[in-house]
Amino acid sequence: MATEARQVTSAFEAQEAPELDPDLMRRMLENMLLARAVDERMWQMNRAGEAPFAVSGQGHEAAQAGVAAALDTSKDWCVPYYRDITLSLAFGLTAKDLLLAQLARADDPSSGGRQMPNHFSSRKHRILSGSSVIATQIPHAAGIAFAAKARGEDSVTVVCFGEGATSQGDFHEGVNFATIYDLPVIFFCQNNEYAISVPTKLQMGVERVADRAAGYNMPGVRVDGLDAVEVYLVAREAVQRARSGGGPTLIEAMVRRFNPHSSDDDDRTYRPLEELEGLRADGPIRRTAGRLKEMGIIDDAWLEETQRRVRQEVNEATREAEAAPLPDPETFDRHVYFEG
Amino acid sequence: MAEKLLIQAIHDGLDEAMAEDERVVIIGEDVGTRGGVFRVTDGLKEKYGPMRVVDSPLAESLIIGASVGMAANGMIPVPEIQFLDFSTPAMDQIMSEVARMRYRSNGDWGCPMVIRMPYGGGIHGALYHSQSIEAIYTHVPGLKVVAPIDPYDAKGMLREAIFDPDPVIFLEHKKAYRAIRADVPDEPYTVPIGKAKTLREGRDLTIISYGAYLYEALRAADEFVEEQGGSIEVLDLRSLKPLDSEAILNSVMKTGKALIVHEANRFGGIGGEIAAIIAEEAFAYLDGPVMRLTSPDVPAMPYSPPLEQAFLITKDDIRAAIERLSAF
Repeated sequence: MATEARQVTSAFEAQEAPELDPDLMRRMLENMLLARAVDERMWQMNRAGEAPFAVSGQGHEAAQAGVAAALDTSKDWCVPYYRDITLSLAFGLTAKDLLLAQLARADDPSSGGRQMPNHFSSRKHRILSGSSVIATQIPHAAGIAFAAKARGEDSVTVVCFGEGATSQGDFHEGVNFATIYDLPVIFFCQNNEYAISVPTKLQMGVERVADRAAGYNMPGVRVDGLDAVEVYLVAREAVQRARSGGGPTLIEAMVRRFNPHSSDDDDRTYRPLEELEGLRADGPIRRTAGRLKEMGIIDDAWLEETQRRVRQEVNEATREAEAAPLPDPETFDRHVYFEG
Repeated sequence: MAEKLLIQAIHDGLDEAMAEDERVVIIGEDVGTRGGVFRVTDGLKEKYGPMRVVDSPLAESLIIGASVGMAANGMIPVPEIQFLDFSTPAMDQIMSEVARMRYRSNGDWGCPMVIRMPYGGGIHGALYHSQSIEAIYTHVPGLKVVAPIDPYDAKGMLREAIFDPDPVIFLEHKKAYRAIRADVPDEPYTVPIGKAKTLREGRDLTIISYGAYLYEALRAADEFVEEQGGSIEVLDLRSLKPLDSEAILNSVMKTGKALIVHEANRFGGIGGEIAAIIAEEAFAYLDGPVMRLTSPDVPAMPYSPPLEQAFLITKDDIRAAIERLSAF
């Protein structure tokens, strides 16, 4: 199985005209554009002193949008980590929802302001609430998929994490379990090459996260995470495998972390200046938009109009979130236990 | 109705819940084909199949973590951690995830599950099969912790725990599995979580206990009363979190003297919590200091018989404590 999987990417590369639904591709890019606009606004809010903390997913948009496009968000499950702005929007949270969380408002659907920003959650949208602990969500995803399989459902669960998380025990325990039962999980690693300040050569002995999959008898694929179309094609095969009972896949999407780990980090203290300066020279939006233009699926007019629309949505969402009330202090002790 | 051992009562409670509700799923090491290393889940895999009685890999964090996901997707997991001592690798999942899922999602998600764990010593289990570290879990908001030892209580509380929308840590004293018998109905019934049980009524002194030492305390109290007269009230807590403060305070306000007996280590054990509650709420009623008789602050518990004996509390130790407190 692992040998088969290693050839997956080259098979796609060899494909001349992979079947793509142009509407789906446009929605995918729009997902990315909206995410970028939300992300920038959240980062701005922190820098302007409006929000004490922000976490960015800039540079990760294509990876998340690509895998989301391969899923059925009306029945599949999303187990995100803290950079999954794009993925959470794809699964049904809105720009306003994310900004409500950023500003810790009472009506924040993810946590009512109880968690830090970027702890996406919604039962209605099958987005599982996560903690700030790294990799604990990976066994959760395996459990969700186990329940689906036990009931004979064909839903797929995508769980996201960074490359640092693959050093945690929970990654290994979750993956191991999923491979025993051929669970319908996409283990989706967004490798931005830094776990806060620790580079991948100090994080793991293997060359690539995808190489870990062989140790579990699972297909492992590395993909260019800056090209959402590439990610979509790889994810589509993994989703088909999962839905048909073929078990999990580990996808490693190579991405860039445009911003420091969080608003409390200063990556100038550990990343070379030339590296930082060159970061945005290539990126998910530039690359994916370029690819879709090449294929005639979008043009500059569409891009301009979509950018205008998402900016407007984010501006409106900002106004609404800023005007929304903070939580009532009297509610701080609610929901420790079930309240009926 | 039949007289059942504790282990039988728990087994029957699991079987009953699984027959009634297909959402109930057991997962743990050796729970399936082996029927559990203590045989609590004997025969259940044959009856319900491998997707409802799951022989898990040797990975406690996974057992609990997968249960979190199963609970999120409509199951009622009843994971087993083979010994309370082995729960430490799962502690991150229990404290950071299970306990907080509801609070952190502002009530959107919950985490209904029952984590069954054998605890306690006196069975030559040495340092890693004998611990009573339940106080670590009672300290965590969002969890419920119960330790029924009477088979009737165990079956009823297990059912209550399984259908409780919140996570319940269900502790089973391993020494008691095949040592305690009681009449247990075959039909479904529940015992509430959060309510203590009065085993003896009395006016002179209250003993508050749970677990295997409860029965030593009963014997000590009965012996004392037979020799010295008077009456001693004995409470079986059954539930550690929520704790039945009302029952504790009502009793101590009546007797004026409280002796807490538990197998867990002294410092930070639940005895301290109970003593604080009594001091805060019933100070004016006390005729003597709130006393605790507990295991010493030594890792529970050494293996060689003389060392294990030195660690354990006997009926005579409890008797001596009763005498000291009575004399006050």
